[in-house]
Amino acid sequence: MTNSAERSVGHLVHRLRSGVGWSRPHRGAVAHPTSSGPPSASLVVVGAGPAGLAAALTAADRGVRVVLLDAGAQAGGQFYRQPAAALKARRPQALHHAWGTWKKLRDRLAAHVDAGRITHLTDRHVWFVEREFEEGRFGVHALLGPRQAESQTVTADAVLLATGGYEKVLPFPGWTLPGVVTAGGAQAMLKGGLVLPGRTAVVAGTGPLLMPVAAGLAAAGAEVAAYVESTHPADFVRHTATLAGNPAKVAEAARYAAQLLWHKVPVTVRHTVVAAHGTDRVEAVTVAALDTHGRVRPGTGRRIACDTLAVGHGMLAHTDLAETLGCAIDATGDAFVVTDAEQRTDVDGVWAAGEATGIGGAVLALAEGEIAGHSIAARMTGVELRPADWATAARTRTRLRKFFAALDDAYVPPAHWAEQVADDTVVCRCEEVTAAEVREAVEELGATDLRTVKLLTRAGMGWCQGRVCAPGVAGIAGCPAGPAKRPFARPVPLSVLAQEPERP
Amino acid sequence: MKRKTPLELAAAQPGPAHVVTVDGREIAALPGQTVAAVLWSAGITSWRSTRGSGAPRGIFCGIGVCYDCLVTVNDRPNQRACLVPAVSGDAIRTQEGVGHDELG
Repeated sequence: MTNSAERSVGHLVHRLRSGVGWSRPHRGAVAHPTSSGPPSASLVVVGAGPAGLAAALTAADRGVRVVLLDAGAQAGGQFYRQPAAALKARRPQALHHAWGTWKKLRDRLAAHVDAGRITHLTDRHVWFVEREFEEGRFGVHALLGPRQAESQTVTADAVLLATGGYEKVLPFPGWTLPGVVTAGGAQAMLKGGLVLPGRTAVVAGTGPLLMPVAAGLAAAGAEVAAYVESTHPADFVRHTATLAGNPAKVAEAARYAAQLLWHKVPVTVRHTVVAAHGTDRVEAVTVAALDTHGRVRPGTGRRIACDTLAVGHGMLAHTDLAETLGCAIDATGDAFVVTDAEQRTDVDGVWAAGEATGIGGAVLALAEGEIAGHSIAARMTGVELRPADWATAARTRTRLRKFFAALDDAYVPPAHWAEQVADDTVVCRCEEVTAAEVREAVEELGATDLRTVKLLTRAGMGWCQGRVCAPGVAGIAGCPAGPAKRPFARPVPLSVLAQEPERP
Repeated sequence: MKRKTPLELAAAQPGPAHVVTVDGREIAALPGQTVAAVLWSAGITSWRSTRGSGAPRGIFCGIGVCYDCLVTVNDRPNQRACLVPAVSGDAIRTQEGVGHDELG
């Protein structure tokens, strides 16, 4: 054993003795079986959403010992986000669809946890995955939620990144007002906390998420004053064959459309939000028509009173952990982790599945997770690789990737959205950098890439480390967003870094 | 037609509400809800002012990514309201600037 490894192990032992152990209860955690020492898993799965669950369950079915690390208090991720247990919701399925699939996942997880094959650690916010941490194994470092003042490390022979995605919102005047929330955020607060931000909502932007959000808010008692989608159904005509190959997805959209009709939600297409108005919170929004080139048509602005704007322009993948591991990232558009047919990244021992590998929804995430689980089990237990085992999942993956490529092609933000962003509009929410400052960095100071814009303006240097503002700043600057290259996947207290053992 | 509430929609039967304070004012909180959910339930949508322009902020992403919902809970500033569960007796305070002003 090398000195550094001794230091690592000694450090872990010290931390366990000092009480930062696996069995230490902490605020907000859900009780789960714990062992007295750190689990030395064969496989660590980061994320307990559809992709992570499918991978963990498949691998565990085939004899792999798994530690499932997740930021949530309960499994499910954002898609299957559950109301807090103490709210005792008897009908949580009213806020979901595909509930039967979730029940099966939940029950299989419980069986594996009971049998000791899967250790499910909740409220763990993974901030760093380290190669060669200890005798060639990975070290997965997680902050304990919700205080995030202490870190734990799980070692593993293999890692599956199922880190999911989050919503992309492009800036517009008024988007920092309280009451303006991401569409997914409104849904998350509804699913998890059974709360609404206000009484009268406008749902706006582009993408397939908006429909279930509008339907969900209406079902939960909000008046949805307008559903505003910037694309037009005609934009899908060139993809008719792809849509016809996915009757289940088309039926899903039709069901949501019927719910919007039932709740009398006015649907407006080829329109965009131009501005949100208010002083202390949003009081109204102005929406306007778009021409076929994605430009706002002058004189078409219409003001709609509301106290909530749920807005989104698509989804972004969480790629931070993969980036720091050195995995190949495709950043020609919105960045995602590159994987092969088995969901392997190009780093030995690291797999990725779900939204992290490209946005495609829960069913695709389940298929990718299942494939990854089979691949991991075969590679780790030394049994023969049998692609026939995942043939059905692979067919689903092929079909849905094609489907979501078609959606991506149709659901695009208005081409000229950046022209609508007034000079005094804050584009970096954390550092309060305005569009004028970004434009000055490009036009007068000569910045040609996002990094230079950041250095000149501080856009992206705040708490969120550019996760929220990168697409907006890049769009206004007229340069690609590119890979972010963040050292850690979330802010880490210096006290935690100070405790970390030295590395060779 | 009377509109459903989210609690009615999900047929939730939480135990009795507990009490937290927001800038000293007592408000009711349902067991299990995060600080953000408790604040929204009380009709509060902003609880932070930015350190630059002093603009009001509250929930934006709702899932812990954006850090717009920072709040001071029991004298600990910079807690994400969307992640932190509200516990009975919590003293929640609106946060100004970087949140360290009141620490002295």
